[in-house]
Amino acid sequence: MCSLSQGVVKITSDVESVRSEIRDKSIRVIDVRREEDYKQNHIPTAVNLPLATLLSDDNPERVLKLVNAMGIDDEMPVVVYDDTFGALASRIAWTLEFIGHSDVSLLETTYSKWKSMGLENDNSVPEFQLKEHSLKLRPEIVATSNYLETAKEKEGVILVDNRERLNFLEQHIPGAISLPYRILATPDKILRPKEDMKRLLDNRGITGGSEIITYCGSVGTLSGLAYYALKSVGLPNTRLYVRSFKEWKSLSKPIEKQQDANYWDLSAE
Amino acid sequence: MTLSNLKQSRHTPKKGKIKWARPQESDHFAATVKLYRQGKYDADSFRRFRLQHGAYGTRLADDYAMVRVKLPAGEIYPPQLEKLSQLSEQFSIGSAHFSTRENIQLHWVVLEDVSEIFRGLAEVGLTSREACGNSVRNVMCSPLSGVCPDEKFDSTPYALATARFFLRNPLSQNLPRKFKFNFTCCEKHGMVRMVDVGLIPEIRQEDGYTQKGFKIFLGGGLGNRSFVGHQLEEFTPEEDLLYTSMAVVRIFDRLGDRKNLARNRMRYLVNDMGWEKFQNLVLKERAIVRATQSVVTKLSVDNSPDEIKRPLRISDEGPISQPEGYARWFKGNTFKQKQNGYYSVFITLEAGDITSSQLHALSEIIQDFSSEGLGRCGFTQNISLRYVHEDDLVNLYSTLLKVGLAKSGSLTMTAPIGCSGTTSCNLALTNSHRLAKEIQRKFLELKLDEDEDLRDSSIKISGCPNSCGQHGIATIGFFGGGARFEKDMYPNYMMQLGGRSDGDTMLGVSSLRIPAKRVIPVILKIIELFKQNKKPEDDLKTWIHRVVNGIDSSEIKSLDDIKKALFSFTIPPTKAEDPDFYSDYGNDSSYHTKTGKGECAA
Ligand code: SF4
Repeated sequence: MCSLSQGVVKITSDVESVRSEIRDKSIRVIDVRREEDYKQNHIPTAVNLPLATLLSDDNPERVLKLVNAMGIDDEMPVVVYDDTFGALASRIAWTLEFIGHSDVSLLETTYSKWKSMGLENDNSVPEFQLKEHSLKLRPEIVATSNYLETAKEKEGVILVDNRERLNFLEQHIPGAISLPYRILATPDKILRPKEDMKRLLDNRGITGGSEIITYCGSVGTLSGLAYYALKSVGLPNTRLYVRSFKEWKSLSKPIEKQQDANYWDLSAE
Repeated sequence: MTLSNLKQSRHTPKKGKIKWARPQESDHFAATVKLYRQGKYDADSFRRFRLQHGAYGTRLADDYAMVRVKLPAGEIYPPQLEKLSQLSEQFSIGSAHFSTRENIQLHWVVLEDVSEIFRGLAEVGLTSREACGNSVRNVMCSPLSGVCPDEKFDSTPYALATARFFLRNPLSQNLPRKFKFNFTCCEKHGMVRMVDVGLIPEIRQEDGYTQKGFKIFLGGGLGNRSFVGHQLEEFTPEEDLLYTSMAVVRIFDRLGDRKNLARNRMRYLVNDMGWEKFQNLVLKERAIVRATQSVVTKLSVDNSPDEIKRPLRISDEGPISQPEGYARWFKGNTFKQKQNGYYSVFITLEAGDITSSQLHALSEIIQDFSSEGLGRCGFTQNISLRYVHEDDLVNLYSTLLKVGLAKSGSLTMTAPIGCSGTTSCNLALTNSHRLAKEIQRKFLELKLDEDEDLRDSSIKISGCPNSCGQHGIATIGFFGGGARFEKDMYPNYMMQLGGRSDGDTMLGVSSLRIPAKRVIPVILKIIELFKQNKKPEDDLKTWIHRVVNGIDSSEIKSLDDIKKALFSFTIPPTKAEDPDFYSDYGNDSSYHTKTGKGECAA
């Protein structure tokens, strides 16, 4: 039923195979940029689902409708891309996973890079036949604030904060470790090569048996990317705290701060 | 130098010739951190190991480190800037920091990520090895070496060769304390009397033939107690440079104080022994070194000329109009080289800080504008690009404007030095770093960079009595401490006046304790007093020099007169009158002092 736990988990799709699958019409490509940007040009055959549209109401029934309208059924492989180092694409990919789609991956690079390589683009808006996707929610990949509050006290659970370092120092959920999203990428790819990522996470003690929960500032984009980074090295026991720090704060839950140092004054911003 | 009109293209960035890195040190460091975390490596040994590899502890935070990357002779190549841009964004705070000793530092790095930084550095040939700890620290060279009209010859190749000789050399792995070499171009532009070994290039004519060599100064240094270095001998021929350096390092290794942490820099050894005795010892030791070394032990000085090619595409776009502020920037940020038609351009940073995206931009700007194709760090927490053709200056300025790097006043008093202070240093008592930024912002707003009288003066600030901010050699220097009025604490600075590091090197004289929030008005008051009392040909530096030596003839005759004039600034208001007085820059809450174990990080 769930192909993720069986065959090879594909996290990113390389440019070459995406191009050939587009030619074969065997995948659905989702562009998550804003509508204006999409309309100017996009990867051929891509359908537009701006992240904001999804976030305006991301309860599963609504998501299912969006998915059906994009002509995606259970069998249709999906590739998602953005122009923001993969973070927005990750949030959409994760949502598809959450409602039970089993074959979704991220384009390995950004749209700017795609264009700068001189690859095909297009401005026509494709139309798809309405499909019927099933709904098989996967609660094991999500963390709510309540879940997080109990889980983080347990042995073997690692809480990862993917915001920038200064924001982390200023305030974070107690017990979290700081893994800024920038660490995850290389200049060309949205995720580091597997070996590289593995070594880095290994140094940090983010390994095998642990359950890992990622969070970021507000809507689970940066931490969505981290979710995929962790999966890319075979750490499947990962959850996304999708409402992230914004919700945590609004619920007045405890917060930790690096005290007695003026780190902000080292920034040249 | 081979000046040529050949133009080099943007897409072949110049790479450093010397590989300072050893890639395997990264894995070794990662493995050692793991052992330490598992408790299989004791804290003291680990600390020594960490420092030897160039990673400092961070203020009151065991899990973070600061990585100090050495830039020997201050050279930095475009691919290295690009890599540092990436590393600062990934592993640090999105900014990096140029230090006073030609290092670039990444702060608030998770200890477990340090090895990843080493890996990245190795890809571009850089290392942080022996940037901290009891070793030979980064070998500095004047940013004007090679272009200074007053120099006898370019000492850069000698600085690089010295750095190469001592790096990872068993001779310098476990010295009593840190050890520093500074090479310069001429008396005026270097800091040769304020360092363990300071070197000025010198030429001697003998029997009709010209010999290269150095004037070498030993045993100077800034610190809790500061000393001015002594000249070893009239002239040290270049073939004796290495023997002399080895002799000095060997003596220090053998006789330096290993017990008393506060007195173990070489300057204390020189002071305790007396200069003449020390001098004799060096000369004797040098004879032994010379006699016992095989011919193999030679500095590998690469004197092959650098290629100077004016980059393609600039000014080929036709003349562009002068943006506003150009003349002001030109005056405070450029230096006319001895090479006809070329300028060195100094970038103004705020207390040495630069963002990741500015590092990236700089990497491209250097390729586009510097005919030597690399950057050179300055002495004042900044970076310069040299061999910019005069016809390209306007274009360069416009380009710098776009990335926020066109601030004025780099070579003037409006660019103060501030050590890291409470932003990251364990020993800090005040936020010296932010204070330096506040002074710069205020003084640029007042356009003090345009005032010729202030140009050669300097402001330098340390966050505690240690001297990472070099306050002792500033015209107006400050070091931080806490003070108390009734039951409330406030941040305070001891002000020292009249320090300088040129041919007339002297240390600043302590004057008054100035509350942090009064420092800016006090400096402005000093400028006002100077303007009222100066002689026509005076600049601030010469006037203060006379005053602190008690030989001025105006209203303000001595230090005491200055103190009297400034005394009112030192009186604290009550907390109810002025609550802001009781918090340091960068804090809303009341000031209190808190320090950790010192490893001293500028
Ligand atoms: S130890 Fe050095 S860096 Fe730290 S506050 Fe003192 S002078 Fe500044």
